[in-house]
Amino acid sequence: MLKRFWPWFWFLVGATYFLVPLYATLDFSLRARRGELSFAAYTSVLNDIRFIESFMFSLQTALATIVVSAIVIVPTAYWVQLRLPRLRPVIEFFTLLPFVVPAVVLVFSLARTYSRTPLTDSREGLWVLLVGSYVILSFPYMYRAVDTGLRSINIHDLTEAAQSLGAGWFTILTRVIFPNIYVALLSGAFITFAIVMGEFTIAALLAQPAFGPYMNRLASSKVYEPSALAIISFALTWAAIAAIQWFGQGAQARVAGPR
Amino acid sequence: MAPLTQTKTNQSTVTRRSLSWTWVGVAPFFLFVAAFLIWPTLSIIGQSFLDQERRLTLQNILELGHPFIVSSYVYSVQLSAVTAIGGGLLGGLLAYAITIGGLPRPLRDAVISFSGVASNFAGVPLAFAFIATLGQLGVVTQWLRSIGISLYPAFSLYSFWGLCIVYIYFQIPLMVLIMAPAFEGMRREWREAAESLGANGWQYWRYVGLPILLPSILGTTVLLFGNAFGAHATAFQLTGGGSQGNVITILIGAQISSDALANPGLGNALALGMIVIMGISVGLYTWLQRLSARWLRS
Repeated sequence: MLKRFWPWFWFLVGATYFLVPLYATLDFSLRARRGELSFAAYTSVLNDIRFIESFMFSLQTALATIVVSAIVIVPTAYWVQLRLPRLRPVIEFFTLLPFVVPAVVLVFSLARTYSRTPLTDSREGLWVLLVGSYVILSFPYMYRAVDTGLRSINIHDLTEAAQSLGAGWFTILTRVIFPNIYVALLSGAFITFAIVMGEFTIAALLAQPAFGPYMNRLASSKVYEPSALAIISFALTWAAIAAIQWFGQGAQARVAGPR
Repeated sequence: MAPLTQTKTNQSTVTRRSLSWTWVGVAPFFLFVAAFLIWPTLSIIGQSFLDQERRLTLQNILELGHPFIVSSYVYSVQLSAVTAIGGGLLGGLLAYAITIGGLPRPLRDAVISFSGVASNFAGVPLAFAFIATLGQLGVVTQWLRSIGISLYPAFSLYSFWGLCIVYIYFQIPLMVLIMAPAFEGMRREWREAAESLGANGWQYWRYVGLPILLPSILGTTVLLFGNAFGAHATAFQLTGGGSQGNVITILIGAQISSDALANPGLGNALALGMIVIMGISVGLYTWLQRLSARWLRS
């Protein structure tokens, strides 16, 4: 037992660091009414129309991001494995660039470069920039997930079989490749979902009515509601990661999203 | 001789043509990356060498030497270094404990799963969690006060060390996620070989274990540095994000809404400095991971 002392010790230190803030936040969020524990902070947040609006906005943005990211990444990853295997390191390099260009620099560059164009002068244009930046942020996860999924099926045989039956490229991608990597794609989609739902920097600097900026503003007027939001947000992240592990692709979120 | 040359030419034409068609398949990806990442970033880098009349100048770069900006960079570098080393140490020890430390398997799986969540739990909600924990009204602050220890005003969550504590929360899980597989890649035979030659535990770690793991540990610590250096939302929520803030990302963010420094060129130079530092740390990480891949099974 003594031999295991240090492993147990470091495990307990880590567990304390991880769990105390979560416990404290939960405890704090239940104290909105003096002298009793209640879900008052939660009902107050969930009934706030701005919560629902910003949440729905971020939900739509997340779905748009996932769809665009999949449309770009699936054909690319498929094509690279089928015809251009030597290009894989190049693609990987580009998908990893968001770690070199942090979110704040990315949004700064986009805002400066496209200033006085329809992209920054209109509501729709700014939303395009928002989704575009999120798609860039999603590439590392989506590419890795799809690439792993493609490697687990024999795309050469599937492609040849489909071609011999007269299928074109669009049919092959949508009716042969996509159904086969659907589960792998989901793990990339869930991590993208978790990132987009809580993202603050890009949304705030593009003045978008997203969930992150809403949380930020709430802190200046409320005391207990922010901690309820933190718990909701943690539950959301946890659900997204649990979904990835549930689908069993094992695509761990190695390098995390924007801070 | 002549026919042979001709066949060769024909062949190369065919390959070239099919090659160019092959490239069309990856065009959408490159166009997207160009429009939303490469072109904007390169244009910012380029513009940081241009003055307001678009003439070549080094003035913007030189202005980075302004004491206010230097102190922001130094603050961010210190914050990132302290949290990379602190988070790396704690995360590394935790990764060691759950892998070769011999703790029960379910604990390992629980820590790995939790790390997956915690490394993505950052930004505004993480700041909220720590305000509820260590803020003036925070649960831990109140509890400590009830046993006679008052954290405030000696400590503040909004100070340098407060930020460090919050950042380490997302640094530890990242270290665990990257180092746990590295520890698991250490082969049992190495330890057995060392022991059969008479090495004790300390000697094994000093001459075998640590040298093998060192590139991996250093590389991941460098990655943690970049991870903290690029962080914006967490610091913004905690410090209020005024342009007088110390963190460099907040200073860059403030350039979008208002030219707080009254010089657009300087904003570009700030972003360039950030890209250079991030590029160096990601490059170092990649190089060190490659070194360690020689020994460790992935």
